[in-house]
Amino acid sequence: MEMTVAEALVRCLEKENVEVIFGYPGGAMLPIYDSLYRFSSIKHVLVRHEQGAVHAADGYARVTRKVGVCMATSGPGATNLVTGIANAYMDSIPLVIFTGQVPTVQIGTDAFQEVDITGITMPITKHNYLLKDPTKLATVVKNAFHIAATGRPGPVLIDIPKDVAQAKIDFKYPKTVHLRGYKPTYRGHPYKIQTIAKLIKESRRPLIYAGGGVISSNAEQELLQLAETISAPVTNTFMGLASFPGDHPLFLGMLGLHGTRYANLAVTECDLLIGIGARFDDRVTMNIKAFAPNATVIHIDIDPAEIGKIVETHVPLVGDVKNILTALLPLLEKIDRSEWDARIRELKEQYPLTYSRTNGLKPQFIIEQLCALTRGEALVVTDVGQHQMWVAQYYHFRSPGTLVSSGGLGCMGFGLPASVGAQIGRPNQQTILVTGDGSIQMTIQELGTMVEQGLPIKIIILNNFALGMVRQLQEFYCEGRYMATNFKFHPDFAQLAKAYSIPGYTFKTDEDVLKTLPEVLSAPGPAIINCLIPPEENVTPMVLAGKGIHEAIEC
Amino acid sequence: MKHTLAVLVENSPGVLARVAGLFSRRGFNIESLTVGRTESDDVSRMTIVVEGDDRLLEQVSKQLHKLIDVIKISDITEEEYVDRDLVMIKVAADPGQRVEIMQMANVFRARVVDLGRKTMTLECTGNEGKINAFEESLRPYGIKELVRTGKVAMLRGSKFGSTNGTHADSKDD
Repeated sequence: MEMTVAEALVRCLEKENVEVIFGYPGGAMLPIYDSLYRFSSIKHVLVRHEQGAVHAADGYARVTRKVGVCMATSGPGATNLVTGIANAYMDSIPLVIFTGQVPTVQIGTDAFQEVDITGITMPITKHNYLLKDPTKLATVVKNAFHIAATGRPGPVLIDIPKDVAQAKIDFKYPKTVHLRGYKPTYRGHPYKIQTIAKLIKESRRPLIYAGGGVISSNAEQELLQLAETISAPVTNTFMGLASFPGDHPLFLGMLGLHGTRYANLAVTECDLLIGIGARFDDRVTMNIKAFAPNATVIHIDIDPAEIGKIVETHVPLVGDVKNILTALLPLLEKIDRSEWDARIRELKEQYPLTYSRTNGLKPQFIIEQLCALTRGEALVVTDVGQHQMWVAQYYHFRSPGTLVSSGGLGCMGFGLPASVGAQIGRPNQQTILVTGDGSIQMTIQELGTMVEQGLPIKIIILNNFALGMVRQLQEFYCEGRYMATNFKFHPDFAQLAKAYSIPGYTFKTDEDVLKTLPEVLSAPGPAIINCLIPPEENVTPMVLAGKGIHEAIEC
Repeated sequence: MKHTLAVLVENSPGVLARVAGLFSRRGFNIESLTVGRTESDDVSRMTIVVEGDDRLLEQVSKQLHKLIDVIKISDITEEEYVDRDLVMIKVAADPGQRVEIMQMANVFRARVVDLGRKTMTLECTGNEGKINAFEESLRPYGIKELVRTGKVAMLRGSKFGSTNGTHADSKDD
């Protein structure tokens, strides 16, 4: 059937069951937007900045576990996507990103709104395409969705020159994908799986260290079953939070830089470390020499390049986490480990997570209350900074995949647009954005998108009038020289909410939280709650640079 | 230690940039990289020489595997292979020295490809050692310009890198 590439693109998206596109139009995208108008029923969400589009698609992909789609025009539209693409790449989130490009005859001439976006995004995409041949459209789109969603997921970008979008083609959507260089390993090696079963049976102090890979492969149930069968405590990486029930007796919370002391000490004392879908990030391992010094290390990951990259692995196992755990579970019998169990209980009692309740409204208290009120079941989106770590420490996630946050890139400004995408992806789940006064101001214009889309997101700003995490680093590493981290001016966030027709609140005391937070959470529609917290409040425990994770300090 | 990798890639635009970019951003040092198409129009072959220990080589090859356009990677360092490097050297040569230089060229089975009024240009193929020796022998005359292609390599005998193959087996699996 003959049609333009732009029209065919819409058909391709429908074939891929795309339900929503986050985007921002522009000259080079005219043909594609016109086709969306004329031929498609796919919902388009108009954001206020392209960075918002890619973060929203990212949030959507995380909660639906489908491929997120966004589009932007050439030049500045495309470059505004870069941060969000890098974010999705670092956290292995499947996205397909479309950018407009100047007509093919103008490519390379520094034409108006021209950038080499495939060149720019080469290091931050799983793959990318510059579509020069109109007849390749269908294959390229099919491949892009396949590459984004399979193996270790990631973002794929397709750059479409304007004249290519207007060219006529004979459209046929391919049924199969043929990529001879791309064949991810899904099944774990049977012999290695047996080896792991044997090591687990022989170990006295096993520990499961589970990351975001558990969530990408939908393996939360299998993880729970494994931990309960072998009586191994579970610690999560930040990306792995909400893959294991936060109120489970075997749960140790997060490990690493701001992890619980008992998780870090359990890692130090374990004799078998079972790494599942986690990549031994430097925020987790800190000084590598002191990381799990007594342990045999098992590393299960779908990406072979992650194995042995940071730590020496005794048993490497490449494959999909869900497949591997499903194959491993029948080889295991129920084991009880009273000695290790007792030691873990002792550590938990000796080194609990605590904070001082004196001196004003404490952020930890707010998160605790939030957790209690939502029973740990809300969809929590965060930005990046101290508030993010307080959520990681004090919100006990009970349902799988309910934390949406920028892990690998640590991208301030992610929260608000990501919560827009997440709420659109799960319209029936209560969505709460916990953000900081610094982070929210990076993409605050997306309040417009949120209101326009009618999204009932509750926004909690933990406002310390500072770039709190950097301020904390300056306290520890720069002898308190707070260079450029204390804000002298903020808008009144409660008033700002009113400008967007959103109810706004300011919390100053525990009483405000106890009295008003339940009302705000149960009211329909969005709300902004500006919580004034002490600027000097730090995230602890904390492992100082160069130290091992067992050497965390409290302060 | 120097390793020689034979890498089959899709013959599509941007592949060289992807491979070269991967090396630079991950801090891998390329000693030499040659690329050209193979017996199939849609497949190119790169010969990459990289210096590093086993751990680095493992990372290089695993990261290369992740590129969608990379079809197969073989570390042929420990295998029996033939390799060649082509050099062209423009050397200062007064008429009186030409015979002497040509005799030297004969020893290395090099060929004269151009004659100027005061220069001669010679080409020579061979493995790295031979090329180095050839260069050294011409140095006393005064080398005006020199260009080398970098190494191309191929396994000996019946062993061959199939363009229909999948990724080389990962060491982990």
